[in-house]
Amino acid sequence: MRRAGARLARLWIIPVAVLLWEAVTRLAQGAYFPPPSAIAAEMYTLWLSGPASRLFLTDTVSEHVWPSLGRLLRAWVEAGLIGVVLGVALGRSARLADYVDPLVQFGRAIPPPTLLPLFLALFSIGPEMQIATIIFGIVWPVLLNSIEGARYVDRLHLETATVFRLSRAQRLLRIILPEAAPKIFAGLRLSLSLALILMVISEMVGSTDGIGYSLVLALRESELPTMWAWILMLGILGLILNAILIGAERRILAWHHRERQAT
Amino acid sequence: MSDSRSLGRRVMRGAIGVAAFFAVAEGAARAGLIDSSVPRVSEVLTHAALLLVDPAFLTAVAETMTRWAVGLLLTVAVMVPAGVLLGTFSAVERALRPLIELFRPIPSIALIPLAILLLADTFLVEIAIIMYASTWPVLINTMYAVREVDPLARETMRSFGFGSGAILLRVSLPSAAPFILTGIRISASIALIVAISTELFGPGFPGLGAYLTFVQSGADGIPIVIATAMWAGVIGLVVNGVFVAAGRRLFRWHHARGGEAV
Repeated sequence: MRRAGARLARLWIIPVAVLLWEAVTRLAQGAYFPPPSAIAAEMYTLWLSGPASRLFLTDTVSEHVWPSLGRLLRAWVEAGLIGVVLGVALGRSARLADYVDPLVQFGRAIPPPTLLPLFLALFSIGPEMQIATIIFGIVWPVLLNSIEGARYVDRLHLETATVFRLSRAQRLLRIILPEAAPKIFAGLRLSLSLALILMVISEMVGSTDGIGYSLVLALRESELPTMWAWILMLGILGLILNAILIGAERRILAWHHRERQAT
Repeated sequence: MSDSRSLGRRVMRGAIGVAAFFAVAEGAARAGLIDSSVPRVSEVLTHAALLLVDPAFLTAVAETMTRWAVGLLLTVAVMVPAGVLLGTFSAVERALRPLIELFRPIPSIALIPLAILLLADTFLVEIAIIMYASTWPVLINTMYAVREVDPLARETMRSFGFGSGAILLRVSLPSAAPFILTGIRISASIALIVAISTELFGPGFPGLGAYLTFVQSGADGIPIVIATAMWAGVIGLVVNGVFVAAGRRLFRWHHARGGEAV
């Protein structure tokens, strides 16, 4: 309890900053900087003023937020699966890894937004194009980290597995994957924050719904509080997604952290 | 030297891998196994070669790289001192930490509309967006690196009568420098991605993003887009390579602990 309290106390700067922001924006009266209270009111009417039967969520949430999040998560899961499966296979075979290394390094170096026009032409406007863009952009960190994680599995552990006659599947599930897990998680976390960025850019350029689209719409109509509300929502989403992943990582990798503390 | 022999073998295998990829993709396209809207490898490579003599493409590269360089230099000029400050005074760092954690996850791309309204000028918009995105790796790497400087080394300097300024210049900065360079290297590739994204966003922006928007609807649009993306990848690799090589040259004494802190 006391630790939680101390942790909260460390956040004192946030209310101070918000109050200062409120005071400055009210004094300056600049058209582009609405006070945070106005933004908060806008956030409420935009997202939380719906009927009680739907947990007060508005149509805007179901039309723009859920589709965005759905595409983001679908692309992340698909990229994660591709990255881990290919990465572990490549990491276990040094020879195979040598053959594809330049291709992987080059694929990672291509700035993903440059391929947006390509995916737009191939899939036309819609979710498929956005998912393709996100997957292409975020698969690399998972792939590279999985390769590295699977490559440096402790040789002693693998030899022990041979002595105990573990099957290939058991060896993969009990030794290789757990030992590669910390690296894989680091890759997954990086891809999740990349996915958020690519979701926004793909929706800004080629979409008829979603958070990025709403943001562009707010710009066109010069709805400043609405624009700020969407920007803040993206920040909050980034924080929440990262926090969920860190929580999951702590839980799943608890044994790993214990082991590291013990040695 | 068995090292150089295995390096030679790896280069050899890598080259075979690339050639095999090209051959398989080209063969599959010719055999009709790939949808005909996907261009052939030979087409893409031809256009990649042609781009090198296309003045519009070269101008676009120059425009993007100018903005990239200005944005990155400004970021380094502001954020390295800021990181040194936060790394030195831990009370300030603790106080500002929640704000940093709050701003960091906001995707820089989301700030483009706001920047367009505020700054009007496309050059300034692009620089501002690049700076926002590339701030975090530089700031956070600098902050951590300065904080983790060996206290014994600092105390030794102090007991020899050196002042804070001398300690900063002779101990803190040199030992933090490799990590700061790593932060700058990460920011450099982020800055390139963000620059092109901003240019893709709308009319009025110059550079590679605008070039992509321009060529995509013209004749041979798709192969040119892929060829442009390939050159952008080459630029990314070169930039990264330059930073890695600079780090190795400058900090040879340090290579044993040159890990990445982000």
